Amino acid sequence: MNKRNIIVLIGGILFGFGLSYSGMTKQEIVLSFLQLEDLGLIFVLGGAALVGAFAINVLAKYQKKPVLGGEFNPRRRILSWKTIIGAVIFGIGWGLSGQCPGSAVASLGTGNLPVLLGIAAMFVGAYLKGLLDS
Amino acid sequence: MFPLGIEPYLVGGIIIGIGVALIYLVTGLHATQSSFFTTTLSWFSKRKNFQKDKNLKERGWRLTLATGLVIGALIHTLTLSPTGFWTTSVQLWRLILGGLLVGFGTRLSSGCTSGHGISGLASLSKTSLYAVIVFMGVAIVTASIVQMLGVSP
Repeated sequence: MNKRNIIVLIGGILFGFGLSYSGMTKQEIVLSFLQLEDLGLIFVLGGAALVGAFAINVLAKYQKKPVLGGEFNPRRRILSWKTIIGAVIFGIGWGLSGQCPGSAVASLGTGNLPVLLGIAAMFVGAYLKGLLDS
Repeated sequence: MFPLGIEPYLVGGIIIGIGVALIYLVTGLHATQSSFFTTTLSWFSKRKNFQKDKNLKERGWRLTLATGLVIGALIHTLTLSPTGFWTTSVQLWRLILGGLLVGFGTRLSSGCTSGHGISGLASLSKTSLYAVIVFMGVAIVTASIVQMLGVSP
C-alpha cells in the first residue's frame, strides 16, 4: 500500500470510530434527530465541519502544499438544479431510512448486517443515476 | 432536546473532523463518501459513465477509505462501545427504499452528509450550504410524516 492510501486508511479509521462513538451508525439515533427528539446530530456535523474548516482554511494556508505533494483545493461545487433536486431525493431517503452513505458503511463494523441491503440499494441508486447521464 | 447528553456527539464529531483533516493536510484529498458508489461501480460496469478517468483514478483510495470506516467502527464496537455489536430494528423496506433514494440523490447532488455537510461546509461552499439546508429539511419532514403515519421503527 502506498503512503497516500495508508493515510487515507488511518483517517478513515478515525472517521468510522467517530461515527460509531457518536451513535451515527445507529439508524434509530439518526431518526430520533430527524424526528426532532434528540438534536445531538448537529454537534456531530458541526464538530466535524469546524475541525475540517480549521484544517482547510487555516492550517493548509500555513502549510501551502499537502505533505505528500500536489495542491490544496477547497471543495467547491457549482450550484445547479441537480444539486437541489438531488438533495431533495437524498433527504427523502435519509428521512425514510436513517442511513447516509458514510454512516451506513461504518455501521457494518458494528455488526449491523441488515444495513447491507441499504448499501446494496445505494449502489443500485448510484447506478441508475449513471444510466441517466448517458 | 439531548436525552443522551452532548458529549458523545461532540467528541465523535471532533474525531471525524480529525480524520478528515489528517487526510486533507497530508494528501490533499477530501474524505467524502457518496462518490465511493460511483467509483466502485467502475469495476463492474463497462459503461462510459462509470469508466471516466476520474473514477478509475479515485476508486482505489475510495475503497480504502470505506474499509477504514468499517475498521474504525469495529474498533469502537470492541472497545469503548456501551452496547457492543448491535443490529437495527428499522424495517427492511425502509432501509432498501431509503437506500435507493440516498444512492440516486447523493450522486445527482454530487454530495452527501460528508461531502456537502462536512467537507463542503468546511470549505465554506455556498452550494453545499444550500444542499445541507435542503436535504436536512426534507429529511426532517419525511421522518416526521413517516412517524405520524405510525411506522415504527
